[in-house]
Parts: sequence; structure tokens; C-alpha cells
Amino acid sequence: MPEATPPSEPPIIVVTDLHKWFGAQHVLRGVSLEVARGETVVVCGPSGSGKSTFIRCLNHLEEHDRGTIMVDGITLDRDVRHLQAVRREVGMVFQQFNLFPHLTVLENLTLAPVRVRKTKPVAAERQALALLDRVQLADHAAKYPAQLSGGQQQRVAIARSLCMLPKIMLFDEPTSALDPEMIQEVLDVMTELAREGLTMVVVTHEMGFARAVAHRVAFMDQGELVEVAPPAQFFGAPQSERAREFLGHLLRADGGGRGGA
Amino acid sequence: MSVADAGALAPARRAPFRSPADAALSAAIAGALAWLAWKVVRWAVLDATWSGDGIEACHARGGACWAFVRDKARLILFGTYPYEEQWRAALATALVIALFAATSVPRLRRPALAWAWLASAGVVVALMRGRGAGLAYVDTSRWGGLPLTLVLATVGLALAFPLGVALALARTSGLFVPRLLATTYVELVRGVPLVTVLFMASVMFPLFLPSGWNLDKLLRAQAGIVLFAAAYLAEVVRGGLQTVARGQLEAAAALGLGYLGTMRFVVLPQALGAVVPPLVNTAIGLFKDTSLVVVIGLLDLTNAAKLAMSDPRWLGAVVEGYVFIGTIYFLFCFTLSKLSRSLERSRAHA
Repeated sequence: MPEATPPSEPPIIVVTDLHKWFGAQHVLRGVSLEVARGETVVVCGPSGSGKSTFIRCLNHLEEHDRGTIMVDGITLDRDVRHLQAVRREVGMVFQQFNLFPHLTVLENLTLAPVRVRKTKPVAAERQALALLDRVQLADHAAKYPAQLSGGQQQRVAIARSLCMLPKIMLFDEPTSALDPEMIQEVLDVMTELAREGLTMVVVTHEMGFARAVAHRVAFMDQGELVEVAPPAQFFGAPQSERAREFLGHLLRADGGGRGGA
Repeated sequence: MSVADAGALAPARRAPFRSPADAALSAAIAGALAWLAWKVVRWAVLDATWSGDGIEACHARGGACWAFVRDKARLILFGTYPYEEQWRAALATALVIALFAATSVPRLRRPALAWAWLASAGVVVALMRGRGAGLAYVDTSRWGGLPLTLVLATVGLALAFPLGVALALARTSGLFVPRLLATTYVELVRGVPLVTVLFMASVMFPLFLPSGWNLDKLLRAQAGIVLFAAAYLAEVVRGGLQTVARGQLEAAAALGLGYLGTMRFVVLPQALGAVVPPLVNTAIGLFKDTSLVVVIGLLDLTNAAKLAMSDPRWLGAVVEGYVFIGTIYFLFCFTLSKLSRSLERSRAHA
């Protein structure tokens, strides 16, 4: 496993005392986390623990109510220029893929580079085809999303985000909507990206992935970040009672293999 | 019959002569249809009168009096447009029909066609209006018949569509003031009959204009139609916007697309594609509603036909007149429905 950047370099994501309410519901209760350049952090926890809300705050799909988020030196606030700058650096992959159904695979990939980064269409296509090749879907460039399987769609979605050359990738339960036999092909792509040193924050229930790929595992429960530890320590000797309980549930649920949702 | 077929449609698909009752019913319906068809053919063809210079010539035979249509075709088609200049109106009409035809061919639907529409709008106005290019000037008050109907409907739709999209976007935006304005506008206009809007456009517009200004009556009617149609189109588009999943907006936002980019490249293509049938429905309705310009004295296809029927020589040739213009309306509206189906097919991926 590659080492994350040495502590001398400043972290690329700094979240301090993050709070978020949905109406009267306090869904994030003072979350603080730093992510180093090149680090992969897996965020896990029971459903309703606030983990999805947390990573959706990182590119401002959800607005936080208190606390600060700094991404690559840019503070996320109400300034639209800051927001756009952050979104240029941060890619996101969703549980439901969210590919654009009216565009071909290739058009899905080139839309943002051409319209946002103002890349020349020819250059954007060349880059898109190279990325499709990397996720082994170069043959499907002319198809529409509905003609692909779930696993293929999610790999297209990953390639689409990579087209914007992000420094950070957020994954919000990327395999939860997939049939079991398609999960691995998506995890393989993610593993490769992590090995290449892309900074990744991944919300997932795939504990096998967390164990093998993550530098650190962040465990959330009831809107709090309960425990952050390297996978060996987190899975081997969880410090908190709540983490032990969560892991116990997972083990009982499917005999210790892949953690189901 | 497969299980899939056995729905509400099953009775209609059953063999028509399976039981004696079925056979009797089928025979009765077939008989009634045949009798009706015979009556129509007799009236429209066998007993029809094709030439003559007055309604009396038709009375003897009792069938349709097509001599009326033959005598009055140019009045019905071109209204009071100067007789010697009617070739110009005919050319303009042919141009619009050719563009309609081209648009209904999927292969020809490219950006160049949109430019062709735009350019031909200029050509049509230049042809109809004259002045310059060696053509005698014809005031818009003398435009009439089919070209007038086509101009009112086509320009009406072309301008109302972007306005409707803008209204729908404003109404679904999170911004309070645009939403309030758009909602108020749509509800006000939808709550009023087109006749009223046309009256107001005709009578009230001039009151707001500085004295000495005079807005052409045709332009006033056109503005009324645009403003009216936009409200209806806005609601259709809003329905389409609601079909676009929230995840699409999030994916576009995460990729760094701003509001306009998201709407233009992600949301509107999907939203408009989802509402092709109701959009065309509204377009067809508007096409026929243009006949209401009679209330402000414009002589469109319907009203030119009424004028022709009021000629004392042809009193009573009412059915023939309406059948004639009805056929013309039908041909255009049917082309629009075919266009709708071809648009739906061309966007059906996988």
C-alpha cells in the first residue's frame, strides 16, 4: 500500500466542527476530519449516521450550517467563485450513477470538460476515450447509458468524473445499487485509482475494500465521527463500544465476508 | 393469445365472428359504416356539382356544390390580398409548407434547418409586405387567408416557445420574485379566454403607447397570441422539468456546470423530450385558435371562408366552405401529429 503524503505537507481537506440540521434534526454534530494528499479514507457507519450528508457537504451539494470546510486551500462559503473552484477540483460518484440518459457515453464524458474547462472538443474526446479504455469500456463509447449494465454505468460515471482531472474523488455508496456480481468491477477501478495516489473519500459498506485499500477508516454514528483509525487497528481492535457493535452486526449479517448494507 | 395481450384491449382484439352475438354486432357496425360511406360518396362525388356561377346551378343535383369552392378558392386562400399580387402570398405559403415538410423528415432536422426557418421568416415578410425589391407595398391589413393563419401560428409558436421555457424555469427556480412573477403571469393568462386577450391586445395596447404611435393591428394580434400561448407552453414545460430526477442536477453540479449550463445541456433536453406529445397538442390547439382573430377583424383562413359564403350568389354553400378549410386545417394538424411521433421515435434510445 502506498504511503499517504508525509505529515509535513498540509492536508488537502480540512473539516472543522461541522454541523448540519435538516429542520429540527441535528444530522451532523461537530465533525472534524483532515484528509492528506493522496490518502484514501473510507467513511462507514450505520444508516442514518450522517456519512452521506458529510461527504455531500465536501462539494457543497449540502450546505453546512456551522463549522468550516477547506478544500485545497479554498474555504467553502457562500461565495459562488469558491464553490465553482472547489467543484473543479472535486469529482463525485453517486449511488445511482446519475449518468445523463439523453447523451451517449462519450458525450457524458466530454460535456463538462468542453463546457466548464473549455477544452477543445477533439482534445476532450481523445481524453475521454483514453479514460474509457482505462475502465475497459472503450467499445461502449457510442452507446447510451440505458444500454449498459449497472456496473458498466458506474464505471462510466467514474470516468466522467476523472475527465475533469479532479484532485479529490468523493464516492457516495458507489456499489450499493449494484447487483452483487457487478460490485467487484467497480471496486477494482476504485482500488487502482487509490493505488495511483488520488485522494479519495469513500462512503461504503464494503469492508473488504476498506481493509485492503483505505489508509484510514472513519466511523460515524448519529452525526458524530466516533473513531478514525487505520484499517488494521479499526477492524482488529476498535476503540469505541459503538464501532464494536457496528462491526459485530456486519459480521453476524453475512459471516464476515463482504459487509452488506 | 399471450398473457400480455389479455388486458383491457382483449375484447377489441378478439376475432369479430366468434359467437353469434359478435357476428351480429360486427355485421351491424359494418353495415352502418358502409351506408354512411355511400352517403358521403354520393354527396361529395356522384351528386356533386363541379362548375357553375351560382348556388342555383347546384340545386338541381342536390350534392356538394364544389363549384362554390372553385369560384371562391382564391378569396378563401388569400383573403383580400390584392388579386394580381396573390402569387406572392402563394409563394410565401409554399415556402412555409416546404419547411414544415422538411422538418418532418428526421434526417433533415439539423441546425441548418433552424437557420432556414429564420431566413424564410424574413423572406415571407418581404414577399407579403413588398416595398423594395420591385414589389408593390401591401399593407398588413390586407393580408388574409392561409398565409395569415400560417404566419400567426408559426411566429406565435416560435416566439411563445422560448418565452414559455423561460416562464417555466422562473416558476421552478428557487428565487422568490421570478417565481411569483411567472406564477402570476401564467395563472392570469390561463384564466382568460384567447378572445379576451386578443381584444385587449387590440384595444388596450394602443392606450399604453405614447400618443402618435400606432402599432400595426397584425402585430398586436400576433403579440396577443404569443403572450397567450406562452402561458400554456410554460405549464407543459414545467411538467417536463418535474420528470428530471434530482440526481441529474446533482451530477451536473458536481461536474462544475453552473445553472445555465445545467439547464441547457442536462435538464431541458430531457424535460422537453419527455413532453413532446403535450407540446404538439398545444401547438395544434394554437394553430386552430388563430381563427379567433376574427374578433379584431383579421381575415384568416376561417374568416375568409365565411366572407366567401356570404356572397349572395353562393348563399347556402356553407358545408362545402367548411369542408374545404377543415381539410386544410386537418392536413397541417395531421402533419404536426406525425412530426410529434417522429420526434418521439428519434429520442427513444434503447
